[in-house]
Amino acid sequence: MVEPLLSTQGLQKRFGGLLATDNVSIEVRPGEIHALIGPNGAGKTTLVGQLTGTLAPDSGTIHFAGRDVTRLPTHARVRLGLARSFQITSVLREFTALDNVALAVQAHQGHSFRFLADARTDERLRAPARQGLETVGLGARADALASALSHGEQRQLEIAMALAGDPRLLLLDEPMAGMGAEESQRMVALLRGLKGRRAMLLIEHDMDAVFALADRITVLVYGRAIASGTPDEIRAHPEVRRAYLGDEAA
Amino acid sequence: MMASLRTPRGLLTVLLLVLFAVLPLLTQAFDQRYLLSIGTRVVIWSIAAVSLNMILGYGGLVSFGHAAFFGIGGYAVGILSASGVASGWVQWPVAIAAAAVWAALIGALSLRTRGVYFLMITLAFAQLVYYVAAGLEVYGGDDGLNIGRSRFPGLINLADKASFYWLCLALLVATLWFCDRFACSRFGFVLRGARSNEQRMTALGFPVFQYRLVAMIISGAFGGLSGALLANEGAYVSPAMMSWVKSGDLIVMVVLGGMGTLLGPLYGAIAFFVLEESLKPLMDLAHKGWGEYWQIVFGPMLVLVALYAKGGIDSLLGRRHG
Repeated sequence: MVEPLLSTQGLQKRFGGLLATDNVSIEVRPGEIHALIGPNGAGKTTLVGQLTGTLAPDSGTIHFAGRDVTRLPTHARVRLGLARSFQITSVLREFTALDNVALAVQAHQGHSFRFLADARTDERLRAPARQGLETVGLGARADALASALSHGEQRQLEIAMALAGDPRLLLLDEPMAGMGAEESQRMVALLRGLKGRRAMLLIEHDMDAVFALADRITVLVYGRAIASGTPDEIRAHPEVRRAYLGDEAA
Repeated sequence: MMASLRTPRGLLTVLLLVLFAVLPLLTQAFDQRYLLSIGTRVVIWSIAAVSLNMILGYGGLVSFGHAAFFGIGGYAVGILSASGVASGWVQWPVAIAAAAVWAALIGALSLRTRGVYFLMITLAFAQLVYYVAAGLEVYGGDDGLNIGRSRFPGLINLADKASFYWLCLALLVATLWFCDRFACSRFGFVLRGARSNEQRMTALGFPVFQYRLVAMIISGAFGGLSGALLANEGAYVSPAMMSWVKSGDLIVMVVLGGMGTLLGPLYGAIAFFVLEESLKPLMDLAHKGWGEYWQIVFGPMLVLVALYAKGGIDSLLGRRHG
């Protein structure tokens, strides 16, 4: 069996009386797209917070790339190759699209305690940044302010930023959220194009997208992982159908 | 920073540079020594405002304790001078280093907080320095301390008003040069990115805290330099130079001129002093004794800028390119 890239063992997180993450153990293998689904309030965002390091779990461990990263701060996990996009679009609005990606590139070129050289003419930043924008189809919008991009374009920009450091795992928190049908399709095509080259943990509500992309799916309900398997196994899983997909999916 | 003469900004920049460069000649020709003293203070306060802008404008961190760097820089010079160390080659580096160390200390604590808490902590620490200085009876306590000017033998005589003015101006130009480079450097991008979206910068892998701390240290170092200059300007240091009102004045200068712009703090400092020096006699002219209350007129002007010119004076000069 392949060594998983990311794995959690018995992860727990409690907010007062609410057990938001209840003994969750999941695995993401190298190169696969692993989707995490679950109804609102299932604890997806809490789980993402623990994986990225913005929330500390009460108990359990997180391993990434062969290391225990449970107590590692966010920026150190990013250095190991764990990149994320946000559920709510999070870009640097006052910067151009190219500047946004250039900063993401810069984050992976060692420290930034360089005070005098102009970063806007630094080809070690600009060239990979332009390449990244091309990859996600934003090449023509390089000089537009991020705030002037459409919602869908901002989501594409986020993917370009996440890809900048050539991460081993992309953690995509609802990349299709708020998108129209056409924009969603473009995003699915973009993610499919990246498939196999890097592992992804995809948190998504759009079931069409999930079943189109995922190699394996984990279903989260009330903080518990109630099922994990291939899309076909999940479709056929009785508990999942009852808890999540609803009878109409039958 | 090549200013084009065709834009209002470029024209103003060039005019200001020329005016600044020849000010001692003008004040001598018209026998207005007092104006040179004001000009010197404008230049020194500009250095302090530019240094505050590094964290307030580019970093988005509203520090309400910047006058502490005036004080620390000034007292470093004052105490060394009182102890018989007259050489500027010792005094000034000590002033800058002391201010940088102080910035590291308050930064390490205050940068764990955000927004109004950050403001309150920086204010509290500045007040701490203020009261320590006021309690230093050996060095004059509340009354302050008359000092000898820093000595740079064979290089420059700071007692000569025009020489001192030109030295301050050269240091202001150097500070602006650094700030211009700094803003567009890799470091500057991280600092400005964290102002725009801290969460995003952290997720990209930047330890934002460390970058802000270093920005505070750099800002504090330039602040310490301005304090050393201020001490030499009046040959005098006192706790008053680091009262919280001075910290407020510096914020006003940066906001009035244009936060996060290269020359904004300079415009702000000039406007501040020009308004102060012109409103006082004008109001005294209207009624003897009113001049003391010049801020009654100045205040509403600030409100207007805050309401209608969010980018400060700099934004009135048209869009920046690049």
